[in-house]
Amino acid sequence: MKLAVTVNEKAHEHEVEPRLLLVHYLREVLGLTGTHVGCETTLCGACTVLLDGVPVKACTVLAIQADGAKVVTIEGLEKDGVLDAMQQGFWECHGLQCGFCTPGMILAARDLLDRNPHPTEDQVRGGLDGNLCRCTGYQHIVDAVLHAAKKRGASAAPAPSPAATAAPGAGRHA
Amino acid sequence: MSAAREPYVGRRVKRTEDPRLIRGLAHYVDDLRFADLLHVSIVRSMYAHARIVSLDLAAARSAAGVVDVVTVEDLDRARIGDVPCAASMAGMKTPAHRPLARGKVRFVGEPVAAIVATSAYAARDAVDLVSFEFDPLDAAVDLEKALAPGSPLVHEELGTNKAFEWSVASGDLDAVFKSAAKVLTQRIVHQRLIPCPMEPRGCVAQYLPGERQLTLWTSTQIPHLVRTALAAVLGLAENRVRVVAPEVGGGFGAKLNFYAEEILLSVLAMRLGPRPVKWIATRREDFAATIHGRGQLGMIEGAADAEGRLLGIRYRSIQDLGAYPQLLAPAIPTLTGLMLPGCYKVGAMRMDLTGVYTNKMSTDAYRGAGRPEATYQIERLIDLVADELKLDPVEVRRRNFPAASEFPFKTASGLTYDSGDYRRAMDKALALAGYEKLRAEQQSARLEGRLLGVGVSSYVEICALGPSAALAAGGWESATVRIEPSGKVTVLTGASPHGQGQETSFAQLAADFLGTDLDDVIVKHGDTAEVQYGIGTFGSRATAVGGTALWHALGRVVEKAKRLAAHLLGAASAEAVGFEGGVFVANGKTLTLAELATAAHHAKSLPEGFEPGLQATYAFEPKNFTFPFGTHVCVVEVDRNTGDVRIVRYVAVDDCGRVLNPLLVDGQVHGGIVQALGQALFEEAVYDEGGQLVTGTFMDYALPRAHDCPRFETDRTETPTDVNPLGVKGVGEAGTIGATPAIVNAVVDALEPFGVRHVDMPLRPEKIWRLIQAGGKA
Amino acid sequence: MIPAPFDYAAPRTIDQALAALAEGGEGTKPLAGGQSLIPVLKLRLGSAERLLDLGRIPELRAIRADGDPLVFGAAATHAAIEDSAAVRAACPLFSEVAGRIGDRQIRNRGTLGGSLAHADPAADWPAAVLALEAVLVARGPGKVARSIAAREFFRGLMSTALAPGELLVEVRVRRPGAGGTAYQKVRQSASGFAIAGVAVVLEYGADRVCKRAGVGVTGVADRPYAALAVEKALTGRRLDEATLAAAAALVVEGVKDPLSDLHASGEYRLHLARVHGERALRRAAGLAPA
Repeated sequence: MKLAVTVNEKAHEHEVEPRLLLVHYLREVLGLTGTHVGCETTLCGACTVLLDGVPVKACTVLAIQADGAKVVTIEGLEKDGVLDAMQQGFWECHGLQCGFCTPGMILAARDLLDRNPHPTEDQVRGGLDGNLCRCTGYQHIVDAVLHAAKKRGASAAPAPSPAATAAPGAGRHA
Repeated sequence: MSAAREPYVGRRVKRTEDPRLIRGLAHYVDDLRFADLLHVSIVRSMYAHARIVSLDLAAARSAAGVVDVVTVEDLDRARIGDVPCAASMAGMKTPAHRPLARGKVRFVGEPVAAIVATSAYAARDAVDLVSFEFDPLDAAVDLEKALAPGSPLVHEELGTNKAFEWSVASGDLDAVFKSAAKVLTQRIVHQRLIPCPMEPRGCVAQYLPGERQLTLWTSTQIPHLVRTALAAVLGLAENRVRVVAPEVGGGFGAKLNFYAEEILLSVLAMRLGPRPVKWIATRREDFAATIHGRGQLGMIEGAADAEGRLLGIRYRSIQDLGAYPQLLAPAIPTLTGLMLPGCYKVGAMRMDLTGVYTNKMSTDAYRGAGRPEATYQIERLIDLVADELKLDPVEVRRRNFPAASEFPFKTASGLTYDSGDYRRAMDKALALAGYEKLRAEQQSARLEGRLLGVGVSSYVEICALGPSAALAAGGWESATVRIEPSGKVTVLTGASPHGQGQETSFAQLAADFLGTDLDDVIVKHGDTAEVQYGIGTFGSRATAVGGTALWHALGRVVEKAKRLAAHLLGAASAEAVGFEGGVFVANGKTLTLAELATAAHHAKSLPEGFEPGLQATYAFEPKNFTFPFGTHVCVVEVDRNTGDVRIVRYVAVDDCGRVLNPLLVDGQVHGGIVQALGQALFEEAVYDEGGQLVTGTFMDYALPRAHDCPRFETDRTETPTDVNPLGVKGVGEAGTIGATPAIVNAVVDALEPFGVRHVDMPLRPEKIWRLIQAGGKA
Repeated sequence: MIPAPFDYAAPRTIDQALAALAEGGEGTKPLAGGQSLIPVLKLRLGSAERLLDLGRIPELRAIRADGDPLVFGAAATHAAIEDSAAVRAACPLFSEVAGRIGDRQIRNRGTLGGSLAHADPAADWPAAVLALEAVLVARGPGKVARSIAAREFFRGLMSTALAPGELLVEVRVRRPGAGGTAYQKVRQSASGFAIAGVAVVLEYGADRVCKRAGVGVTGVADRPYAALAVEKALTGRRLDEATLAAAAALVVEGVKDPLSDLHASGEYRLHLARVHGERALRRAAGLAPA
């Protein structure tokens, strides 16, 4: 099938099998290998990308479902040699060790701040529910997100969505 | 380069690894690009134990895109060796471990055949075209049943499932137990865990027939050891094999191994060369066929006097080896025996260990590797003693610690702890936690019916593995420092970091030593074609052993440079040359490191006998292990209605010797604690009675998520060691070793009103709820 | 990780989708958000000849929360519902349940209708539509839509009242009257699905007399159910502590064969449903946590 998709602001057209997963399209067809595959049950979040501006797990989206859409991957965050505030935060706060979960973690965390520019620590932890890290114990990741929030607060931040301040507490129990 | 700058060592230096990782530009195995790449999918057993009656591969062979299919017959014909175990025990019964099953399958996930195709999709499709007939057999799953007469035998030819027995003992244990005021006994399960580094295993192999050169890119912690093992299994000369560990997405011991797939891919590469072949484990494959950790069942007995002093320990345990002994598996539980006395002066001890084969995936080293089991036994035992004698568990610990003046301290298990001040670390942790206040809060909470618990764990671990006498393939580490003609510095380390950050901490060391900027130093690792021989990264050894090798290599290269500087500056001898901030000084004249490096390479004017170039290599053999230690304090609240455990606070005071980069050490401590938290609360590899892996995906095996973790309050003490000149001890496993007993002790403490003395991990809410129910109204 | 091959079609209207479904027969599977279906295909636990992507039918994605009933297109995503200020104002239970599903990435793809039609016994939405007595609107090959009461919809383990060839197109939710709502969920520690989930709607005025009670329970039995005994015990009664406690004890009444697995036995699930049922009732009734 014919797929036309814009990835990191660049338009692409390819003939794809319907069953081709978006993550495989990005990695194998476009060579954007920053999006990682860490599981097959939509739980680890390593393959998180932005699809029309919102984070999704690219292992659980068919490439053809992205026809006509705009995709942003980790490779698309740096602008003119300047790191995104979240990338900067992860670097400053040692928010990564092996780095495998990091691209997905960064994209999920950016969205979290887009929706809630001034989260509490608990909201950050709850908001990263879709991303597993086996190395850091999360503390430095949380620090990185809070760091980025502060940095972003200093510049213009996108308007919060109505639900932002009521981001769900995501404990295992209500 | 500036003479006046602050040293990098000791500072929270941002990692040099990160720019590639946070931009998605790093190359894990699956990210490497190859022309004409072929893809491998592996046909695996869905049975825990079955005879292979027939295997029909015809349809798979003729499927679109399929290039090759191999079974064990192909390996036999090519005289491919077995998957090796490098840690065989005296008298151990060792089965043949073919990379593909022959005759029988022995665990769910065991490789049976490998299919090569032009795309990963085609290879996967072809797996479904394999038809096979299995004759299912009863499985040996439960450890005690597997040792009982009449159990199904994993390997009939061995005549038993018992692989080996091993003991370590000292002192007159019988006398001690006879005379003791109190004897405590507890059966303790150290459940099987699944390591789950976020990057699953995977490898690419390529054989160039013309050059007769095999290259294996594999996600490993030990590239050099894999090269040696691979060459032996394939019957190739070692120098015709190159192993590369590219970016590695976490290991935790799971990649401190040598796997059937690494052999298979190499065999396929040699059949299909020069086309490269790739296999990347799906997460399900990684769950089923990457080593598991722990899996020890034991009975701990302690003898104490009336004041709570521990007189003797007896521990009988069974180690679940799984179906085959993987690389180091049998040695792992022996570390439990060595570390069993923990932080305490114990007069007599004995551990009797039995290794048993079961129809499950192999166990082997998982973060902590045998030491968490030891720490958990002894720290639970200390709390049992305290409970029995109605003493504060902190006081029992204090009474049993050796004093700081007693180091080096010889333990009941025959080790010599290098240095330590256990009381100081514990006091610091208790002060940070506000221990007395916590106990008061606990009392008032109980009056309100709330179940607050405080758990303490003091640990000591064996790190910086280690003296070569203790490791099958050697325990030293190497480093090369190469000053390039421009003065830029290249460090080649035999360690193989995969998240720990030694590209940064080693660059800190080198930049300080050589007076360069951090950016002038590149640390390379993981490629056997580039790096001199090395052992690898495991056992909290990379900085303590590899960093020390680097420190010596730096000394050597500066010594050499000074000889040339003396010659060029007209000094009488190298000793007369000063070196600071990257500048050589003598006779009021100076030379920068870059100028000197150029001169050394251009070789226009060299002293007599001076080898051109400017590099040095050092291989460091440590004289002992190091023994980092610390105390962790955990505060939990248990929901009495549901059994849910919430960690309210977590305080960790660790002593890992000198700290090169506090940021990295904090990261190791946090990550280590969370792996322990996972074991304490959620994680368990569950096989059902038929040997099916019930927790075979992240749908059923829970890794801790951000919201499961509290904010850790960490601090350190720093006790010097003389085991290495850097004074570093290692910290990679500390959190994992120290934390499980702190958490479990806290939960048991919370449940004290219900008469609970022990709960086996993981502390699933239902288990806690049932204990509360059984304990009645408190 | 790699699904077996299938065809794919992306109709632009409901009529086109129904025609494709009728033509394709059993091998044609509707693809909504795909957050359950795609993993099943990847693990090859299921297969499809053809996927019918409902994600490109604008009318299926609409949310109209300004009237009564609220009307949700079946392909409205969990995140769209979670984020809608209008939904939050009109039916906070829907917002709360939406926000408790999986994680944000999953909520950005997963849909209300997809979840209901999939009918996983541990899914969250069923508890909400049961508590709210929502009406599920299905369309089949004919032109006429069929309304199915939520309480008639769940027929068994992953089985619903939808007939072959029918699509769930809309969910209609009566705007709850004055009172309170709550959703209490115990998450399975690995998957995030509900081990026990209780959604509660209590309508009451200043006199605290319960005019209407709706209670939906998920995760406990082979199908989600409405806890009728609880509703009966509350309706017309003053919402005091004792009444709520007594009612909560009835949350699992009639559950003969509770779900049981590694994560929670049947007995424990029943217990959790009662405990969290009471917590949900208290919260909906505006009482402090016990």
